[in-house]
Amino acid sequence: MFETLSDRFEGIFRRLRNSGHLDESEVDEVLREIRIALLEADVNVAVVRNLQRRVRDRAVGAQAHQALTSAQQIIKIVNEELVETLGGATIRITYASKPPTVVLMAGLQGSGKTTNSAKLARWFKAQGRNPLLVGADLQRPAAVEQLRVLASQIDVPVFSVPTNPVEVARGAVAEARRLGRDVVIVDTAGRLAIDAEMMEQVRQISAEVEPDYTFLVVDAMLGQDAVTVAEGFHASLSLDGVILTKLDGDARGGAALSVKEVVGRPIAFASTGEKLEDFDLFHPDRLAGRILGMGDMLSLIEKAEEAFDADQAEQAAARLMEGTFTFDDFVEQMNAIRRMGPLSSIIGMLPGIPKEVRDVEIGDREVNRIEAIIRSMTSAERANPDLIDGSRRQRIAKGSGTNAAEVGQLISQFKEMRKMIQGMGGGAMKRVKKKTRKGQRKSARSAGRSGRTTEKGTVPSVPSKRMPGLDPLADQLEKAGIEIPGLPRGLGDG
Amino acid sequence: MSNLAYLLVIVPLVVLVGVAVFVVTRRTGEGTPLGGRGSDRPGVASPGEQRGDPGVATLPDTVADATDEPVPSDHVGVVDDPPGTLDGVDVVEAPPEMPERATFSNRLARARTALSGALGSIRGHATVDAETWDDLEEALIRADVGVGPTAALLDAVRARARKDAITTPEGLIEAVKSEMVDRLLVPIDLRVSAEAPTIWLFVGVNGVGKTTTIGKVGKRLRDDGHTVLMAAGDTFRAAAAEQLATWSERCGADLVRGAEGADPSAVIFDGVAKAAAAGTEYVLADTAGRLHTKSNLMDELRKVRRVADKGAGEVTESLLVLDATTGQNGLAQARQFTEAIDLTGVVLTKLDGSAKGGIVFAIQSELGIPVKLVGLGEQAEDLVEFDPEQFVEALFEPVPGSV
Repeated sequence: MFETLSDRFEGIFRRLRNSGHLDESEVDEVLREIRIALLEADVNVAVVRNLQRRVRDRAVGAQAHQALTSAQQIIKIVNEELVETLGGATIRITYASKPPTVVLMAGLQGSGKTTNSAKLARWFKAQGRNPLLVGADLQRPAAVEQLRVLASQIDVPVFSVPTNPVEVARGAVAEARRLGRDVVIVDTAGRLAIDAEMMEQVRQISAEVEPDYTFLVVDAMLGQDAVTVAEGFHASLSLDGVILTKLDGDARGGAALSVKEVVGRPIAFASTGEKLEDFDLFHPDRLAGRILGMGDMLSLIEKAEEAFDADQAEQAAARLMEGTFTFDDFVEQMNAIRRMGPLSSIIGMLPGIPKEVRDVEIGDREVNRIEAIIRSMTSAERANPDLIDGSRRQRIAKGSGTNAAEVGQLISQFKEMRKMIQGMGGGAMKRVKKKTRKGQRKSARSAGRSGRTTEKGTVPSVPSKRMPGLDPLADQLEKAGIEIPGLPRGLGDG
Repeated sequence: MSNLAYLLVIVPLVVLVGVAVFVVTRRTGEGTPLGGRGSDRPGVASPGEQRGDPGVATLPDTVADATDEPVPSDHVGVVDDPPGTLDGVDVVEAPPEMPERATFSNRLARARTALSGALGSIRGHATVDAETWDDLEEALIRADVGVGPTAALLDAVRARARKDAITTPEGLIEAVKSEMVDRLLVPIDLRVSAEAPTIWLFVGVNGVGKTTTIGKVGKRLRDDGHTVLMAAGDTFRAAAAEQLATWSERCGADLVRGAEGADPSAVIFDGVAKAAAAGTEYVLADTAGRLHTKSNLMDELRKVRRVADKGAGEVTESLLVLDATTGQNGLAQARQFTEAIDLTGVVLTKLDGSAKGGIVFAIQSELGIPVKLVGLGEQAEDLVEFDPEQFVEALFEPVPGSV
């Protein structure tokens, strides 16, 4: 697993904790770490260099009149720069005055053009449009067949003829008019940006359909080559935007930054799953946090929403408020988390979790062990762990095949945890509620169709990287004697 | 509902961190290293072995009996010995014919231009200085070798430069190249099974070219006079089986396919059975693209691997198909896939583009998984054996239009 930026800063923070101020050489040290983090996220070398320069200028500039720059502030500046670079003006899809509106999809082999053509068609349909899918990939065996199958799932017609791609393109717009479709999405064959012949072909396709939008489909796992790819396609096709795919993996997606910097056009859409509905407009601030390795709380929330059902959640919430969180709830929650995916990968998404904890392999084995201990308790003991004395502990240990010390440890850990959660159930909950509303408004705005466009092009918003109400996590870790890097706490205050 | 959403996350997370802290403190408390798992505490009710996870077992399963292991044994890694050491397993002779088969140098010639890359500026210098090292580092990172492996490599080169008193930039570049080649030189032969059929399994994330690779491998085997069956184990992606069917027709291989959404292990099991009955030499098993982070899909793959070994013959190669454009995530992919099914090699595809595929260097040096085949174009002849020297040479070729 990647070392996250927070790990990298741990060392620096330890040294600087007392002063909190950075001199110029320390600024450079922090910048070096940021460089590594960005390179590991696959941001292009040249793009990193530019970014580093901008951040340094700002950091040193800020120092000049404030005489105070902390490492956290530098990360904040980096984050702002990233959001700004990624964000820009969110794309606003406008429709041709004389329908149909034509969208051309281009990209490397295997980037996901065919799947995302269908996803885009579904998106347009959800906007109340009537799309037509055009299969102009006659290169890959069965590509058109794949498009037809996907299109039938969303009830969208497909136009294709087995002649040649330019012919297909020629007939497409007329076909759309004949069928009364107002959006045409042209799927093309994957091609290498350096393949002159194939690039000429897609140029001809483009000339035939005169697209209103030309999207480059880019795989989030793309490495340093992203720059070459983007330059090649942009030079031939003059791109209007980028569709970022396979964001549901653990790739940090730094390539998106490179592409954005080279093409200067927004990342319009992002695809986050295999299902056709896993596709929406792009949220730049989420990706910034991800590239920096600061955890991806928003994605985590989405995952959680998938894994938990609302009724169960409401009950848990109610019990929380009453302060009656039991071992049964604990098991239930633990199993719900397991549904979200491998535990170690979920921990990896959390901001501010120190390396010692993150690197622990929490496999099924570990969790089952905990479950075995809890299942060996009587229901009375589960509801009230205070009942458990020495002899009960022995019995539980025997029943679960563990030892008494372990049982004792689990119980004290549980009590600690319960205290935290109950603390949140009280005062902290109100805070969470308030902050959440504010946060929701903000994200609703940025997710809006029109985006945040101003005359200057962008309003950089710095999302709070520390989720409100998350302090209990930190407290719990601190109690266990595990030191926490200052990163997330500081950012939240920014 | 909004605060509920947060609650939903916070509560389990607190629980999760609790679990993690519990595990950490228990380990440190007992002083039990991670390595001691499994052998200690005979009393533990071995909970990790509750197989039949809901995500895997629900599929209509024609080979259900074969999959359910009566004894919960460690299913990974028992079969595969180090290359070449299994008795009865010999090595495929590299077919001597087909002189027109593509090589790195003539295929990559397309991608070459006279533009000077990072190395150009290194060569421009008379002596070796700090900038030279920076340029070298950049050239390697640009090729997706990755920050860590690059640093390790350059450390080795530094030591060598001191020892051999290398003073010219040119000498330094040669030293880097030979260090890299040394690390990549391992046996890459594709193994065949003693008892037919030989089963080769192809896995990878979405869109890397698994189906195409199988088509090309099948074509090559057929051209060399072997009998081949392709098992369309990608039952998820629309029309994946049709794509494979086209390839099987092209090269005259048999094809076994299931309905869309069918259990891939059942399809592959059927393929193996059919191949065994017909005396077919090779079974090339396709699988659906899956992100290595999806645990249910990785479990499905474990089952595929298990089931493929149940019938006649043996799985002698589990190949990760990797797109050369992949960046640092490639290492995470290799790690997860090998954890699930013990990879025996990597097929590096799409190397005819401008991408250098440097991530395979990290995969080889960190995980010991060698590249065995390389895809250099869309034609079947464009799939060739990996050649470390030419690969490293190409790694340092400038890319047209780079920044």
